[in-house]
Amino acid sequence: MIKAILIFNNHGKPRLSKFYQRYSEDTQQQIIRETFHLVSKRDENVCNFLEGGLLIGGSDNKLIYRHYATLYFVFCVDSSESELGILDLIQVFVETLDKCFENVCELDLIFHVDKVHNILAEMVMGGMVLETNMNEIVTQIDAQNKLEKSEAGLAGAPARAVSAVKNMNLPEIPRNINIGDISIKVPNLPTFK
Amino acid sequence: MPAPIRLRELIRTIRTARTQAEEREMIQKECAAIRSSFREEDNTYRCRNVAKLLYMHMLGYPAHFGQLECLKLIASQKFTDKRIGYLGAMLLLDERQDVHLLMTNCIKNDLNHSTQYVQGLALCTLGCMGSSEMCRDLAGEVEKLLKTSNSYLRKKAALCAVHVIRKVPELMEMFLPATKNLLNEKNHGVLHTSVVLLTEMCERSPDMLAHFRKLVPQLVRILKNLIMSGYSPEHDVSGISDPFLQVRILRLLRILGRNDDDSSEAMNDILAQVATNTETSKNVGNAILYETVLTIMDIKSESGLRVLAINILGRFLLNNDKNIRYVALTSLLKTVQTDHNAVQRHRSTIVDCLKDLDVSIKRRAMELSFALVNGNNVRGMMKELLYFLDSCEPEFKADCASGIFLAAEKYAPSKRWHIDTIMRVLTTAGSYVRDDAVPNLIQLITNSVEMHAYTVQRLYKAILGDYSQQPLVQVASWCIGEYGDLLVSGQCEEEEPIQVTEDEVLDILESVLISNMSASVTRGYALTAIMKLSTRFTCTVNRIKKVVSIYGSSIDVELQQRAVEYNALFKKYDHMRPALLERMPVMEKVTTNGPAEIVQTNGETETAVLETKPPPSGLQPANQVTETDPGMISRFCRYAGFLFPTGIPSITAYNKNGLKIDFTFERSNTNPSVTVITIQASNSTELDMTDFVFQAAVPKTFQLQLLSPSSSVIPAFNSGTITQVIKVLNPQKVSDSKKNC
Repeated sequence: MIKAILIFNNHGKPRLSKFYQRYSEDTQQQIIRETFHLVSKRDENVCNFLEGGLLIGGSDNKLIYRHYATLYFVFCVDSSESELGILDLIQVFVETLDKCFENVCELDLIFHVDKVHNILAEMVMGGMVLETNMNEIVTQIDAQNKLEKSEAGLAGAPARAVSAVKNMNLPEIPRNINIGDISIKVPNLPTFK
Repeated sequence: MPAPIRLRELIRTIRTARTQAEEREMIQKECAAIRSSFREEDNTYRCRNVAKLLYMHMLGYPAHFGQLECLKLIASQKFTDKRIGYLGAMLLLDERQDVHLLMTNCIKNDLNHSTQYVQGLALCTLGCMGSSEMCRDLAGEVEKLLKTSNSYLRKKAALCAVHVIRKVPELMEMFLPATKNLLNEKNHGVLHTSVVLLTEMCERSPDMLAHFRKLVPQLVRILKNLIMSGYSPEHDVSGISDPFLQVRILRLLRILGRNDDDSSEAMNDILAQVATNTETSKNVGNAILYETVLTIMDIKSESGLRVLAINILGRFLLNNDKNIRYVALTSLLKTVQTDHNAVQRHRSTIVDCLKDLDVSIKRRAMELSFALVNGNNVRGMMKELLYFLDSCEPEFKADCASGIFLAAEKYAPSKRWHIDTIMRVLTTAGSYVRDDAVPNLIQLITNSVEMHAYTVQRLYKAILGDYSQQPLVQVASWCIGEYGDLLVSGQCEEEEPIQVTEDEVLDILESVLISNMSASVTRGYALTAIMKLSTRFTCTVNRIKKVVSIYGSSIDVELQQRAVEYNALFKKYDHMRPALLERMPVMEKVTTNGPAEIVQTNGETETAVLETKPPPSGLQPANQVTETDPGMISRFCRYAGFLFPTGIPSITAYNKNGLKIDFTFERSNTNPSVTVITIQASNSTELDMTDFVFQAAVPKTFQLQLLSPSSSVIPAFNSGTITQVIKVLNPQKVSDSKKNC
């Protein structure tokens, strides 16, 4: 079972925190700090597995993390999960985020925390892996977002317009016309006087 | 009241804060605005406000006043509201507050909603934070959804069912009929979660486990399809078809095949196939192989398959990827008990891992190396482990040192090698050695009688340069105190004897006493060692007397007491000094459940003479000693480790029909109110007495402890005796105990 999923940046600021086991708010914040402390000490070329800190259950639980640019993605799991499998899961999660946000970066996660939560909810439920097929997840998320937008009323009009244009199937403007070997000679017409 | 700002604005504002205090101020202002907006019961902006509240909650600020608002959002008709409401419920609410029960009705309605996404939201929330009451109420709905044909809902319902089962295990039977067709699904998402549900049920109940064993052929078939299916773009991850599902199925197979021959046999082929056909260039392939190996090791697989599994692990060890190596070492640690020989084959690779830079890998390699040491490879392995001890991080040194001691004790090929190894550990990691290692080492040294000269010489050389490592100095002082005469006389056979004078030895012991680095315990050792040398050295007794008298005014109370008593020994009891400071006898091996006890004071082991030994022969007869001050002598004997004979003369307790039982009385060293009685039973008849059992009873205020007798047969014609030790505790120190036999 996955006990917690944490995303924080290189300075320890939390970007997403989801706990699948009940902890009080103070404990949650302490866990985030402790996990950051443990994970940030790690060198770049060591393995991605760590024993969990004392707050999160000690050596029975493992921290499996991946470092992408400025963000740490940390999954705290117990012994029933396969470590290598979780590494793959983190990869799928990040790729899904990439697909949903188009070249995702830290700012996307900062300003759209609720959307990230929704995507995560499609992948992991109650501490267990729900869906790992990226396309399936993206389809569901898109459908739900559409549902939201249809309810938004007048305030959502600009957003709807933007997505409508995105979804329009405009034919491609031909950039170069190649009509074979026919060379068209342009006659030298006199200038208009 | 102006419209509350959007979440985006809030985030932007907070990011401009430069200090923690500024951020706190902004958040407090916004919280106040949100609170007043909640009071106005504004439906339009509630969703926005709760979203902001959740963001602030993530940053660590209290957000409990939003809990009821989340409930109101859940009850709303709009999908947007419900989405944020359920998210808020998952983040803010928990079982300990009664508020969450109010959600139950909403969730029930939403589970039957027409829009699948709303149903999905409700299932998700129930599956994340549903309490046992909620689960009990809503289990029926979940079960209904488990049978639906909508795969989106079915997979969510399966995981929700897992949560319900975890919270309320009695409801497991309810979900049993719905599981019948779960594995027939084509949708991988549903298959995946169904396997999770089946796994959970099998882990919880042996009946379920037996029931689901019949699914093994179906699982094998699904796995086979996955491997053979070729390229399918929707489930492909780095070239392998749905590795997550493969791993899940392998795990379920492991649980089903454990301890069951038939199932294990049905799985053998597919496991071999997965093990050989999976590509190992990417992490996904390795994840599947790892799971396969764990399954093979856990079920009753045939030996060929097990060897294949261990070879895969061996290959993992050579992989460049650290994660793979870590995982391989962890699994080998689990299997080393059962398949010891197979793991031995990879010993050299494992030992190489000791030199890895990664701390996690080093720790695993160290544990595994200790598990692999046996009589044949002990010399080679020790060399590697000692080298590791030299170069490893401090957090490992204590564990490594203890491990080396244990392994050396079990498999030492010769006493000299053993002592050399211990010396090496003490000199390289001397300060990290655990406290209980010192008594064990001292006992070991005492027992290797022929190595005394060699040991003391090496220890002397070791502390000559550096006496900062406390355990090393303690052991060395003790040895020099005991065997100083061998050191000075240059009797060593094993190696070149060094020329040491008595003064040089006393120099080093005195520097230990003076040094700031010496702990109080170490100083105690050194002082006692100096005292013991007064009987072993011939020329320097005056110097020793001087040193001892100086410490009579030491600030350290323990040292002072010792010095005063040693001084008294020089002055008043000089006739006893040689006897009291005699060489220590060979100590018996300590076993935790044996009849003997080790008596320790102040962490010293000089006291470890066992009660079963008769008093040493050098002591004066009992009646003469009673004139002296018993308290002082007993305290001294505590340091020197002898038993003090009590004033009670030995008696013959019973002498009838050829059976004679003698009692000898001694006072125990640690506790003056405990009397130790040694009984000797002899038999002067013509026949052996068998099944001899001695029983004793004492008055109520006393406590009696009978240790095991030396045997239960007394041979005839007084040719042998049975010895048994009895301890009597007189807590009130009333006059001599009278026992009833």
